[in-house]
Amino acid sequence: MEWLFIVIAVLVALGVYLSWTAGRLDRRHARIDKSRAVLEAEFLRRSGCVLDVASSGLLDPATSVILADAASRARTASGSERDQAESDLTAVLTAVFDDPDDVAELRSDPSAAAALDELAMACRRAAHARRFHNELVLGAVRLRRKVLVRWLRLAGYAPMPETVELDDRVPHGLDAARN
Amino acid sequence: MKIGIACPYAWDIPGGVQIHIRDFAEELLRRGYSVSVIAPGDDDDDLPPYVTTVGRPVAIPYNGSVARVSFGPRVAARVRRWLVDGDFDVVHVHEPASMSLGMLATWWADVPVVATSHSAQRRSRAMSAAQGILQSAFEKLTAHIAVSEEARRTLVHHIGGDAVLIPNGLYVDRFAVPPRPQWRSPDGTLSFLGRLDEQRKGLQVLLEAWPTIHDAFPQARLLVAGRGDIEQIQQGIAPEHRDTVEFLGGVSDEDKAAMLASSDIYVAPHIGGESFGIVLAEAMAAGAPVLASDLEAFRAVLDDGRLGALVPVGDADALARRAIEMLGDPELRERYRQAASVGVRRYDWSNVTDEVLAVYEMAIAVGAGGRTFRLPRR
Repeated sequence: MEWLFIVIAVLVALGVYLSWTAGRLDRRHARIDKSRAVLEAEFLRRSGCVLDVASSGLLDPATSVILADAASRARTASGSERDQAESDLTAVLTAVFDDPDDVAELRSDPSAAAALDELAMACRRAAHARRFHNELVLGAVRLRRKVLVRWLRLAGYAPMPETVELDDRVPHGLDAARN
Repeated sequence: MKIGIACPYAWDIPGGVQIHIRDFAEELLRRGYSVSVIAPGDDDDDLPPYVTTVGRPVAIPYNGSVARVSFGPRVAARVRRWLVDGDFDVVHVHEPASMSLGMLATWWADVPVVATSHSAQRRSRAMSAAQGILQSAFEKLTAHIAVSEEARRTLVHHIGGDAVLIPNGLYVDRFAVPPRPQWRSPDGTLSFLGRLDEQRKGLQVLLEAWPTIHDAFPQARLLVAGRGDIEQIQQGIAPEHRDTVEFLGGVSDEDKAAMLASSDIYVAPHIGGESFGIVLAEAMAAGAPVLASDLEAFRAVLDDGRLGALVPVGDADALARRAIEMLGDPELRERYRQAASVGVRRYDWSNVTDEVLAVYEMAIAVGAGGRTFRLPRR
């Protein structure tokens, strides 16, 4: 008789573990969806701030046009082009705002300083959001690689989440010369 | 927004993490947020109203040194009580890798958890043994912050997981104090701050360089602030240079700011073990041109030498040469002072708090990690 109890106990424990793991996976996927939405919102905030700076008359016309163009591309790009467009925007921002001395000079006008601070914060927020998102994704991937999870298809039909890889470096001038 | 902060170390023992949490909590309160801090300590300690305690920490050997931490069933119950009563929107734990309140709060919280790692550590046996537990606790974090690149690297290499960089903060304007005439001198005043007997603070390097500096500028003087065996160190200085080195002992925050404001060069000859270098930021805020060892943490704060001078670590000759160059060139010092007064704003609590609040906002939008396991609420 004893072995029967043992078998039942083991089966119950396994069942609890599996349902717990499935629930964990499910919650993780839900959080990844939300963090992806946060990331999109932060990138929209960043390109919005760039458009504000570009249309403020703070910079020379050529620079303003290039910034506005890169920002609106990033806002309208779809699907697979999206990440590339955000990286391109980062490259343009870096070209314009890399030198702390240049940025310090621009900042001498108080309204410009406020717009630049907002842009700097938006750049940071976007970079933070991406790292948080990627951390959640990597955690889920680790969980899904476990043998039991794979064999028993505990993840159901949810697609394997992917990290977002793009260049979101905060331009050095914006990072160094805040006030 | 209701914010709960878990401090791993006893509130009444001065330390970088405690000061960081105190200054940050007070900035949040000024902005009208509701803040509660939980920390090891007794109720009868003289505590600000926003601090809740969980009882005396115990000293145990952990991770190669003696750690004063809080754990055990009573502490766990208190942490859970605090979480339930606080009804927080977000919980912010500090040093989540230390086996203390940070980990307990992470474990029990069912709201989004943000963590900040401060220290840079070498891999230890304790950390290897605890890696599985740490990882499952870290999985619950919605956002992880590191105060320096080195602290971040500790996470990446030793625990697994990554963090965003948000530096330590300070109140820049509190360091804008007038210099004290009795600390000034016509040839220039140098200053040093740090425990005297702690090798890694590098006082020995500065004292090795001092005779050369003093010979070049006979009226220059050196202020040394920090606790330690003053007499023993004084005996080690050659008699003809001894009187120009003034030992101040431990200094109050006020005296520290005044000393930095009276300095023509603040020297940071550290030879290692610094994760962030808040003292450099303090010197910059007080208007003291900085001359520092080329440690990674210092290079970051000084923006690769744009905001202050860097010399090779532990090289007394280079230190002396550079100090002499700076003392002889008031324009160079003024340039450093100007650049630093702008650059140090990056570390002002007004900026750092904005950035942490942005992280809170994102963490709340993403939501809490599932509870590791559920117990009924009381």
